[in-house]
Amino acid sequence: MTTFIARRLLQAIVVLAVVALISFTMFRYVGDPIENILGQEATQADYNELVDRLGLNDPVPVQYFRFLGKALSGDFGVSYRQRRPVTQIIAERAPATLELAFISGLLALTGGIVFGIYTAINRDSYLSHAIMTGSLIGVSLPTFLIGILLIWIFAVELKWLPSFGRGTVTDLGWWTTGLLTISGLKSLILPAITLGLYQLTLIMRLVRAEMLEVLQMDYIRTARANGLPERKILYSHALRNTLIPVISITGLQFGSIIAFAIITESVFQWPGLGLLFIDAIQFVDVPVMAAYLMLIAVIFVIINLIVDILTYAVDPRARGTQPGSTP
Amino acid sequence: MKHNINTMLGACAIGTTAMLIGMAVPADAETIRWARKADSLTLDPHAQNEGPTHTLTHQIYEPLLHRDMSAKIVPALAQSWAPTKDPTIWEFKLRKGVTFHDGATFTADDVVFSFKRAMKQTSAMKELLASVTDIIKIDDHTVHIKTKGANPLLPNNLTNLFVMDEGWSKKNGAADPQDFENGKNNHAVTNANGTGAYMITSRAPDAKTVLKANPKYWGRGKFPLEVTEIVYTPIKSPATRVAALLSGEVDIIQDVPVQDLRRVASDAKLKVVKAAQNRTIFFGMNVGDADLKSDNVEGKNPLADVRVRQAINIAINRPAIQKVVMRGQSAPTGVIMPPFVNGWTKALDGHPKYDVNKAKALLKEAGYANGFGITLNCPNNRYINDEAICQAAAAMLGRIGIKVTLDAKPKAQHFPLIKKKETDFYLLGWGVPTFDSEYIFNYLVHSTTDKLGSWNGTRFSNADLDKKIEGLASETNLDKRNKVIAEIWAVVQKEVLYAAIHNQVLNWGMTKRINFPVQPEDQPHFKYLKFNK
Amino acid sequence: MSKAIKPASDPTSNEDEEGDRTRLQEIRDNPIVHSFLKSPVAIGSALIVLLMMLAAAFAPWIAPHNPFDLATLDLMDGFSHPMVPNEFTGKTFWLGSDDQGRDVFSAILYGLRISLFVGIVAVLFAVVLGVALGLLAGWRGGWLDAFIMRVADVQLSFPSILIALLIFGIARGFIPATERESAAMWVLIIAIGLSDWVQYARTVRAIVTTEKRKEYVLAARAIGCGPWRIALVHILPNTMSSILVIGTMGLALAIIAEATLSFLGVGVPPTQPSLGTLIRVGQGFLFSGEWWILLFPALTLLVLALSINLLGDWLRDALNPKLR
Repeated sequence: MTTFIARRLLQAIVVLAVVALISFTMFRYVGDPIENILGQEATQADYNELVDRLGLNDPVPVQYFRFLGKALSGDFGVSYRQRRPVTQIIAERAPATLELAFISGLLALTGGIVFGIYTAINRDSYLSHAIMTGSLIGVSLPTFLIGILLIWIFAVELKWLPSFGRGTVTDLGWWTTGLLTISGLKSLILPAITLGLYQLTLIMRLVRAEMLEVLQMDYIRTARANGLPERKILYSHALRNTLIPVISITGLQFGSIIAFAIITESVFQWPGLGLLFIDAIQFVDVPVMAAYLMLIAVIFVIINLIVDILTYAVDPRARGTQPGSTP
Repeated sequence: MKHNINTMLGACAIGTTAMLIGMAVPADAETIRWARKADSLTLDPHAQNEGPTHTLTHQIYEPLLHRDMSAKIVPALAQSWAPTKDPTIWEFKLRKGVTFHDGATFTADDVVFSFKRAMKQTSAMKELLASVTDIIKIDDHTVHIKTKGANPLLPNNLTNLFVMDEGWSKKNGAADPQDFENGKNNHAVTNANGTGAYMITSRAPDAKTVLKANPKYWGRGKFPLEVTEIVYTPIKSPATRVAALLSGEVDIIQDVPVQDLRRVASDAKLKVVKAAQNRTIFFGMNVGDADLKSDNVEGKNPLADVRVRQAINIAINRPAIQKVVMRGQSAPTGVIMPPFVNGWTKALDGHPKYDVNKAKALLKEAGYANGFGITLNCPNNRYINDEAICQAAAAMLGRIGIKVTLDAKPKAQHFPLIKKKETDFYLLGWGVPTFDSEYIFNYLVHSTTDKLGSWNGTRFSNADLDKKIEGLASETNLDKRNKVIAEIWAVVQKEVLYAAIHNQVLNWGMTKRINFPVQPEDQPHFKYLKFNK
Repeated sequence: MSKAIKPASDPTSNEDEEGDRTRLQEIRDNPIVHSFLKSPVAIGSALIVLLMMLAAAFAPWIAPHNPFDLATLDLMDGFSHPMVPNEFTGKTFWLGSDDQGRDVFSAILYGLRISLFVGIVAVLFAVVLGVALGLLAGWRGGWLDAFIMRVADVQLSFPSILIALLIFGIARGFIPATERESAAMWVLIIAIGLSDWVQYARTVRAIVTTEKRKEYVLAARAIGCGPWRIALVHILPNTMSSILVIGTMGLALAIIAEATLSFLGVGVPPTQPSLGTLIRVGQGFLFSGEWWILLFPALTLLVLALSINLLGDWLRDALNPKLR
């Protein structure tokens, strides 16, 4: 067990170092940060001087190691655009994204499980077909278009829900939340649907497929043969076995929900990390871009690690030499 | 009064002391909810020379004199100003009885301190004070500004130079403008203490800023001051911004996309107010290099031939761009200078007639009967419909045989191409905060040197013209100066260095509840706003 | 030989198995074909996808106008309503014209061409890369397996959009300005393809690790077949049905990913719009009353992606013997 965890940890660190290298070096080539710092009225002399002061003339590896060294102590430098420490900006923005991602994930999970079970049990009902097809329509349109259509219908035409932002936000000092006010909750609805729709479809299909498979298993047949009530078979036996893989996959999906928030946040002007990242790309704000990518990688690696360790603890088969060999 | 508007990371306030942002604010007629594309970059008044940053700062801080809603220069912290007998010294009489938000009294010391702060190395405003050699306190309410040679246009440069409280700045370690490259995050970046009509109550950059009226503002009775609270939200996506206005979630947006003007104007509760903007959109051409990298002509630069540039100039159908791309929201022009600027004449402004045949003939004369191919660099997030303008121009040039490859990208990636002289054909827009031609010449016409011509992407260089441009700064005889300006424009126009397209028109969308004219520099000063009763 | 041991659902199994029956009869009896003929949804979706592919392939002959030829565009044609003559030029456009005076119908046909091309080539690229790496990892095992799967982990820790943005970032740095327009499409293909190979690799690897212990592989080894021959000829076909299902769904995803990237400003140039670029441009006109600029391209994308997804759905159920 200890060696397994140690090996996984080591791998995680290597993954992070590689991500750091990639994100840092690559974004170095997008545009010119100096231009944005100085603005239109700067002279050539200002320009050259600033390049020197920021060390942008140093070889990229030197810049990378400087970056890595500071990153280890939590210092990602100062945003070229906002001129404030990146760590501080990220800490300010993270609650908005995490809250949105959490609500979307919850929506996707509950919606996915409920619809998944329904469509698995009533395989040939019209409603099942309608749900299956309807969910496909949701994933057959780009997210940004769904978001704009929702804004158009529910904010502009019906005026039911807000079109942008988080509404009234409560500041707890270390965290800002929109969950405690009516306007905050109303503001969450459209972005959460936009962001969660794809995952909901994914989970629903997964639950349906797993459920159908489990229902074919011998022990379910035995249970039926033994005259156990159908409800008990479905909800206590079949469902429990369906949900184990579903939960682990949902865990892994949380990372991509956060990443896909980029699009939802730009459509809804949601003041989170995704919007920050898109702004950073447009302004060539390298410290923010690099920190964001590192953060996404860290979140993903941690989730991966937890899922791996849990699987290892729960499922003895995973301890063999063939990790992940179960399809 | 000090307002810590930082999110107070780590200063973990427990639930009972939680600050409810915007919670206590009733939606009465005195709150104005305002949105635009971009947020202010910093509250430090001297750290950025940029429109949206100045807009927010103008609500909180004040300059000695400022441009009102019609862009006329009016007194602010200075009550009067005039050159002294010595033409290199300007005298400013300061307003009495003014206090900062924290209660400190405004005096000449604050002016001297602020100007010296704005001239420091880390200031972004220092270029505007480049001619200033010293600033001297005469008495508590009089200062003298001394310039290198006479500078008759000095007041024009001071409209965005904000005055801070010396005591507050020094006490909070903000005596120098914010120095970002060394990671300095001074107190003035997230806190503010001005003399302006509004005080900051909370601010989350790029998310939400709330201001409330300054009860002790000196201008009470002089300005409407009907707005008691301002809630400012930047909304980047144009569709979302318009949606927020249409759904009644904001009261005013500064940048209505031209295609949505009709929808906004036809809404029973909304109106669109427009005004000509102080900004010209134009194409720049590389006239100086012997060969171009981005064309398909070997060993020659087609743009070096003035006939080719003339052909391009008349092949662009400006009225069509105005009618379709801009939906009427632009004023076609033939010169890279908005009408506000000293030096503008109706004759210069007239744009050449769209004439495909003549353009083809000119190309043929220049030896390009079959046209040529070239890359057009274009920003896609800076000016109104910038990318669409480039697309339309590409199609129009296609008609005379010039095959344009369009390369459109965000401004952060587009502008360096111009400054590093890596583009041969590009779109640029230019506003003139000093309202004088010299500003245009310094940046766009003078050959590129360490100090001047940094935005001149044409590689045009004319020593004689350079000398004339440099001479403008210290020419005290305004008639003579204007004559030189006209001479310089004559050369720029004859050479067709730039193909001007149009001057932008500003469109503010707002609720009918308010009465607020559009400011030509796109600077809403909310103290002038009136509610329709 | 191994053929007999393979699951009956394998699509390749009807190729060289010749009996007395006619070829047609045999095809009709194939369970996949049988299931296809009994599913109106599958037939309908397949027809739509086929029709759209044909329309895209023959766009230059079908479209009334070439929207990529800038010299033929007239700005004054802009914003014509569908089927209503333009107020300045008098020209009529079936589905209206956009802000540049482009015929929307022609733009959709040409855009479909680019979207489908990008989607198909990106998926092929991902399949080739993923299958090759998955096969290598599963067959060879050991450190190579560990290495490839670790790379896959790194890849997965960056969601596809981020990978595409990264690749666009590098491409911008290395491709000279004059080549960018022509390179943009290939950059998109590589970006979408690279962000998508992991699932193919994982699937193939999983199948290979279980298959390589099976009797027929051991038998083939015993009679002296080389390891690569076994891997390519005997094991690879077993992965094909899974690849086909993932690939079909992947095509819909790739087409939508292209649209999303274009929304984020890293798509094909606006002078040669794909379906996604048309939608990005069109969404700006949602509130202004020029509904046709958004509606028709969006509808085209929806119908295309939905049909591909329905086809993939059907295919997965049809290829899964347990569910039949």
